[in-house]
Amino acid sequence: MGRTLFDKIWDQHVVASMEGTDVLYIDRHFIHEVTSPQAFAGLRKRGIPVFRPQQTIATADHNVPTVDQHLPISEPQSRYQVEQLVKNCADFGVELYGLGHQKQGIVHVIGPELGITQPGMTIVCGDSHTSTHGAFGGIAFGIGTSQVEQVLSSQCLVVKRPKRMRITVDGQLPNGVFAKDIILYIIAQIGTGGGTGYFVEYAGSAIQNLSMEARMTICNMSIEMGARGGMIAPDETTFAYVKGKEYAPKGAAWEQALSYWRSLPTDPNATFDAELNYKAEDIGPMVTYGTNPGMGMLIGDSIPVPKNGLSKSFQKALDYMGVSAGESLQNKAIDYVFIGSCTNSRMEDLRVVAAYIQGKQKAANVKQVIVVPGSKKVEAEAIAEGLDQVFRAAGFEFRQPGCSACLGMNEDKIPAGAYCVSTSNRNFEGRQGPGARTILASPLTAAAAAIEGRIIDVRTLDPVMV
Amino acid sequence: MEKFTLIQSRAVPLPIQDVDTDQIIPARFLKATTKEGFGENLFRDWRYDKQDQPIEDFILNNPLYQGQILIAGENFGCGSSREHAAWALGDYGFRVVISSFFADIFKNNALNNGILPIQVSPEELDGLFQAIEHDPTTSFRVDLQTQTLQVKGEKEPIFFAVDPYKKICLLEGYEDIDYLLSLRDKIETFEQSKVLQ
Ligand code: SF4
Repeated sequence: MGRTLFDKIWDQHVVASMEGTDVLYIDRHFIHEVTSPQAFAGLRKRGIPVFRPQQTIATADHNVPTVDQHLPISEPQSRYQVEQLVKNCADFGVELYGLGHQKQGIVHVIGPELGITQPGMTIVCGDSHTSTHGAFGGIAFGIGTSQVEQVLSSQCLVVKRPKRMRITVDGQLPNGVFAKDIILYIIAQIGTGGGTGYFVEYAGSAIQNLSMEARMTICNMSIEMGARGGMIAPDETTFAYVKGKEYAPKGAAWEQALSYWRSLPTDPNATFDAELNYKAEDIGPMVTYGTNPGMGMLIGDSIPVPKNGLSKSFQKALDYMGVSAGESLQNKAIDYVFIGSCTNSRMEDLRVVAAYIQGKQKAANVKQVIVVPGSKKVEAEAIAEGLDQVFRAAGFEFRQPGCSACLGMNEDKIPAGAYCVSTSNRNFEGRQGPGARTILASPLTAAAAAIEGRIIDVRTLDPVMV
Repeated sequence: MEKFTLIQSRAVPLPIQDVDTDQIIPARFLKATTKEGFGENLFRDWRYDKQDQPIEDFILNNPLYQGQILIAGENFGCGSSREHAAWALGDYGFRVVISSFFADIFKNNALNNGILPIQVSPEELDGLFQAIEHDPTTSFRVDLQTQTLQVKGEKEPIFFAVDPYKKICLLEGYEDIDYLLSLRDKIETFEQSKVLQ
């Protein structure tokens, strides 16, 4: 019987097995300041080194300011946490792309752009959006701090093999509809727990036609349906992206890698534990209305009115958001816009935004629009293309790289009660700051909200823009 | 890790679905570099208002409900991989979380910290909520060895599943890392045999 992409890679990395639990070898391990200090403390307590320091890469992203990064971090606890990362990496011989480093950025942005992320690999990080790296056709998933410690000390993890799910999206995406809309649409269909226990492979013509950056946006949000991770079969688009990147194999090693990568896609007769199919034509611009990413809808729809009445949890979510069942979010006035996060902070995202806002102005009712590039590299490229000027001319702030307002941990937060259209991945209560009301959307929908001051259907825009 | 054997306790009901790890411990409290002290900020934004005053109708502020067992709505622990969520629950004093469905990473993090996630059916979960509603002092007995949850006064216990490997870890207080460190030689051999990467 044929094998899936997932199984081919998993089987290649099993060091030992017992009673349905495997010891899985990890090729690449990313760490950051928030979920690693306790793991290093564990190593110190045991008096053991990092087993394979060359396979671990560190960066500071969650808890860093996005202005004046050349200055010491003003908030003492944040500064201490970032300093601890510097110390831990120095003590244990781990490469650090820390604050101010040319290669610093959100961990899920820098891995791929440096070519550290490659097809066929097992990749982990103490962060649930590690699934992003699956876009290259690898097994990538988020882990807790105890597991960070396990990987640091043994380059392995004790894990159960998840079930496999394939989500196929065929057809042609309508204009004005982006990868972000595809994944928000899928999550709205299956809910935040619909993928729990599964590793998802995204397939179908609509997925194959996506760029690598768009594929990353899709895989990034796999965790929002509860899936362990998401992946897309490597193909010519993947190879073209990886080729020539700093950490990518070169010369004969490249040819060898290529022949391995070409053997990875799921065999035609392989079977999955679950299969879901969607038509690209059914997908439109998406917005969320509630307090988890499953509470999303097409921009033309209204907030659902549950048949069996509103459950306590559903009502709580709507109350938090200040919306009601049956309401449409079209034309809803908003207060803030955040363009950034590991979901949508890459060059393609920034280009879409810049192309649309060129010559326009932020609406007066919008208090602040921040654009946060995913990495130093993205920042530099955006500046080289003059995008920073376009943002500033429109009244947007162009910041320095980091997770920023995605998680309400660093200085960038949305005030209580304010509506923020955000290109990030989570609209949980308080995610962008206590009381903040997050509406998740694509970069174009977010940019249009910034200019119009309200949520609009971007398909009504000049077709040249979309 | 502390060994897990038998827990006999009252329980705290939290009948909310999709409780995510940002609610269990908001991101602004993740700046610590140790594992201790997170219990203080468990469910922070539901527990305290903006002036840091306890919100009276939140369950943890109601002295009627207490114990080492948390009973929560479906899909508990979704969202971020932050182990701080498990540390916060443990630091607060919970050793068992019961729900009809758990998010994967949370479940793993809980097990790695000696907290037992018990998955029951939606009907059983309703029954547990009703038992506490009827009498907040209802006592529960969780026996990991026999994999049973006994509600005091009920005839039959509820049987729950637990991964055989994880069960040994919990009962003996073993951690995955102990096992992995014992495999060092095997891992090195594997590395040498691995052709690519
Ligand atoms: S951008 Fe947001 S979701 Fe992504 S790694 Fe940072 S905090 Fe996590």
